[in-house]
Amino acid sequence: MKIKKNIPLIDQHDKFGFWGGKFGGNFIPETLKKPVEDLEILFGKLRKNKNFIKERDYYFKNWVGSPTSFIKLNNLTKHLRGAQIWTKVVSEANGGAHKIYNATVHCLIAKRAGKKYIVGDTGAGYAGKMLSMAAKKFGLKCKIFMGAKDIKRQKPNCDAMKKNGAEIVPVYTGSQTLVDAVSECMRYWVSNCDTTHMCVGSTVGPNIFVKICGWSTSQISRELFIQIKKEFGRIPKKVKLLNCVGGGSSSFGFWNEFMHYNKKQVEFIGIEAGGPKKSKRHAAPLTYGSKIGILHGASQYVNQDFEGQIEETESISAGLDYPGVSPIHCFLKDTKRARYTAATDEEALHAYKLVTKYENLNPSLEPSHAFAEAIKLAPKLSKDTVIIVNSCGDAHKDRDILRQRLGKF
Amino acid sequence: MSISPISLAFKNCKKEKRPALVTFTVAGDNTKKNSLKILNSIAKYADILELSFLHNCPIADGGQIQNSTYRSLKNGTTLKDTFQIAKKFKNKNPNKPLILMGYYNLIYQNGENNFIKNCKLSKVDGLIVVDLPWPENKKFAKKCKKKSINFVQLLSPTTSKKRMKKIIKDSHDMIYYISMLSTTGGKLKVPPKKILENYIKIKKINKNKNCVIGFGITNKSIKSFTNSDGVVIGSEICKEITRSLNNRQNPVTNVSKVVKRLKNKIL
Repeated sequence: MKIKKNIPLIDQHDKFGFWGGKFGGNFIPETLKKPVEDLEILFGKLRKNKNFIKERDYYFKNWVGSPTSFIKLNNLTKHLRGAQIWTKVVSEANGGAHKIYNATVHCLIAKRAGKKYIVGDTGAGYAGKMLSMAAKKFGLKCKIFMGAKDIKRQKPNCDAMKKNGAEIVPVYTGSQTLVDAVSECMRYWVSNCDTTHMCVGSTVGPNIFVKICGWSTSQISRELFIQIKKEFGRIPKKVKLLNCVGGGSSSFGFWNEFMHYNKKQVEFIGIEAGGPKKSKRHAAPLTYGSKIGILHGASQYVNQDFEGQIEETESISAGLDYPGVSPIHCFLKDTKRARYTAATDEEALHAYKLVTKYENLNPSLEPSHAFAEAIKLAPKLSKDTVIIVNSCGDAHKDRDILRQRLGKF
Repeated sequence: MSISPISLAFKNCKKEKRPALVTFTVAGDNTKKNSLKILNSIAKYADILELSFLHNCPIADGGQIQNSTYRSLKNGTTLKDTFQIAKKFKNKNPNKPLILMGYYNLIYQNGENNFIKNCKLSKVDGLIVVDLPWPENKKFAKKCKKKSINFVQLLSPTTSKKRMKKIIKDSHDMIYYISMLSTTGGKLKVPPKKILENYIKIKKINKNKNCVIGFGITNKSIKSFTNSDGVVIGSEICKEITRSLNNRQNPVTNVSKVVKRLKNKIL
């Protein structure tokens, strides 16, 4: 298994949609074959269409607010006495997280496809919030599927969705989290694919959804590439790009532009959700060697029992609380281009405390997992090493959990 | 080559000038014992029986079947149990075709060859894999055919004619037409006439292929399909199990009554 040069990673799949011959694909009911194929054809055309790119860039710049800033965390760097710690504050994007890129692109596609309705899934509520924002912006009717457990723990984002006029459909099946929301959303699409466009909230799902999402979030690394060059005059000799990984949309977007750099120069480190320290449950299929299985239309490393039932996950962070992971990350793992590790709930909370103590930054629980790894790594590394953490979400949505766990917000 | 039990079932129905009644139940619903009892009792009326093996992330099942699935999972039904139920049923009803239906991950984890071997040991006659569409299913379907297990191809209202032709060409003794854009057990949102139009399109491509119609078929609508090769009843049965449990009644006798009533409508 090898990454090819000069071809975008999202296109390095075979004719059945598999990366590395085994990750991804289209494990979908017959009814969805046609809508998925239609979407493949449409997206294939649109990404080559200059007007469409112009439109995307226009909205990214003027509505999403691109570029998001790239800053050095001086105090944290000083405190840890090792590598330089930088961050790309993607949470500055309109709505407060990277999910806006995928949501915007999906709405633009839905418009071109002549669809009036758009549906999406959400875990932390960011994908849902952004989709509802974009749907409102582009005049589409929007339904968001969300696990009942997540609705409770991410109330601020639910309020935002409602304010944007979206209908939130609570999902009561299974663990009542993201995994069930995605299933329910797909079931809805099966029943309504003639009038409705589906936006999968991360780089997961049938092949085309992985591609569209990855293509959209890659905006992050396009910006970062320019910003690093401007700041350092070149790409420094030792760069580490740290990003949390749930489904894997922000990390893929954060890394894509640096894919063909030697990993000794630009290393990718993905941080999964290790769950509570004392629990056996986690949401870290890559770190803990889960087997390959099929979830939501794609083959991937996924938490499951010996028989193939998907296992329940546990994490303080709703956005990372997913038993599977993007096929593209499975490919990056097996080609050894990226390495993956996990941070526990407690480590993420500790990181949140430390970052907010030293810096004027308010990362949500998801990127706090990545900061946890940065805090672990930095003291062991030399001062010329540049650690960059994608601060891909804002903690506003986590205020209830933070108040409960840390006693303040 | 000898005729498969599935083909034979259709042939017998045609002699009686009626569609085949295909039932769908969830393995282990509401208990492993009752699940077998239900199969045994409805075998009197059903021509072909589908039994689903459980998956906890079903992306195409409607509410009723999900309820049954979760109920059964909660009771601890495993894939091994499903094969046991199938085997016991086939031992008692050796000539009744039994088709297993489910999602690919369970086959994948069991290993394709191993899964087929387990099907053979339980004398299962056919397989429906909801999330393994054509052409992705070509290789596995061939493997099944080699072991005389019918791989049932699915067609839907979104399937183009060109695609239909290719799928039908690769199909075995039975094709399943999904009546509408829906998960299982949705309300019939298209008129039966429209469904039959599509059905006739399929039959025109190859009139010798047995094609059953499923999704959304109820006590009320079943009569509209008396001229088809077969009708599938699933959610109605799952719903009846749920209803019986809520009313503290025996799901086995109740389901049997429901299936009998449905059968009478197409005689």
